[in-house]
Amino acid sequence: MSNLFSSSIGKKLIMSVTGLFLVLFLLFHMSMNLVAAFSGEAYNAVCEFLGTNWYALAGTAVLALGFIFHIIYAFVLSVKNRKARGADRYSVTVKPKSVEWASQNMLVLGLIVILGVVLHLSQFWYKMMFAELAGIENSISATDGAAWIKFYFSQPVVAVLYIVWLAALWFHVTHGFWSAIQTIGWNNNIWVERWECISRIFATVVCVGFAVVVLGFAIGIFPLC
Amino acid sequence: MEKNITVTLRVWRQENPKAKGEFKEYKVSSTTDTSFLETLDILNEDLVAKGEEPITFDHDCREGICGMCSLYINGHPHGPATKATTCQLYMRRFKDGDVISVEPWRSAAFPVIKDLMVNRNAFDQIQQAGGYVSFNCGGAQDANALPIAKTDADLAMDAATCIGCGACVAACKNGSAMLFVSAKVSQFALLPQGRVEANRRALAMVAKMDELGFGNCTNTRACEAECPKGISIANIARLNREYLKAKFNS
Repeated sequence: MSNLFSSSIGKKLIMSVTGLFLVLFLLFHMSMNLVAAFSGEAYNAVCEFLGTNWYALAGTAVLALGFIFHIIYAFVLSVKNRKARGADRYSVTVKPKSVEWASQNMLVLGLIVILGVVLHLSQFWYKMMFAELAGIENSISATDGAAWIKFYFSQPVVAVLYIVWLAALWFHVTHGFWSAIQTIGWNNNIWVERWECISRIFATVVCVGFAVVVLGFAIGIFPLC
Repeated sequence: MEKNITVTLRVWRQENPKAKGEFKEYKVSSTTDTSFLETLDILNEDLVAKGEEPITFDHDCREGICGMCSLYINGHPHGPATKATTCQLYMRRFKDGDVISVEPWRSAAFPVIKDLMVNRNAFDQIQQAGGYVSFNCGGAQDANALPIAKTDADLAMDAATCIGCGACVAACKNGSAMLFVSAKVSQFALLPQGRVEANRRALAMVAKMDELGFGNCTNTRACEAECPKGISIANIARLNREYLKAKFNS
């Protein structure tokens, strides 16, 4: 086990495990958001369940750690990769057809995702969990998640920013999911194409799930009841 | 039917490893049935006749076996033909009047020696770190004395077709050598003779690869798309498995 995380494969393993943890969280968060599409009361009940208890705080801390490690190692690996490319660049480059655009732009896509997370945390986490813990009063109650969703997504600019964020997230996950599986070594000649297909389906389900809620509130058809 | 063809070669010229390189353009007349390397030979004969320095480039068997030829041609390692080395590339792939860019492999681990020739000694060092079986396997076994599944034998043979040319590193935006190392690890890991030292081999070869400054694999699959032998990235998954297993066992 010595020096596992100082090796190139060890560092990639950290990216892989934290990435898989984050996509599982995305699936959970998307499922939770879909509740808001049907009922504001039901969504607030979920928020209350996941509110300021110790389990939720511990979960938030673990999630934040996973996110931080994922970002730090993304930069560590990118710096090494840039150095490995050498000082001279090719004057002509042609991307092979089988190479996904997302796979070559994961850092840029990741940066867009980070900006989206900052926006999201400042709008929801700060106004809800943090406000409740710090006792900050706002015009909308910290426990009324449904009202906060309605407040933000009814603003066209916010809705557009979230759709851009979700598009970047879709590209990032379509490559990141199967790439994480590949790094763990759980792949072979048969499954390599299957995992790529599963990644696209997973990314589409998650991002469409998020986008439906954003757009539904933006045009005012949610909550349905 | 063979046709005459005249192309402009835009070739990277660099006097020595420390010199600043630049592109120089040369017009050369060839035929569609002439290989790309033979066209470079024709150009070199012209240059020598004019008293100019000929272009330095690697080549040896010219049969797609030895892995010596390299060249990054019009944005592709080994040129635009798929699953073929530069020596297997013919001028019929190009049109009369084309401008063809010819560059050396670009990677920090493969420094330019001169013009289009790069130092690929890093691959030798990785092989020397563990790409072999160090004990006497004895003579050839009787048939079926050591059963090996057909699928494993085929996968080992596929991995063993890697000629170590370095196109994977040249194609990778990260300068990663994972496809090469994975092929060399896989060809042994899949067979009983190679399994004995599988842990030591995976650890030693990856450590050497890291030490030599190759980049990290981000699974873009560019290496697989450009590999003249069609080595699959499934080998990289196997290398990851072998390495992690070896680490947990060590």
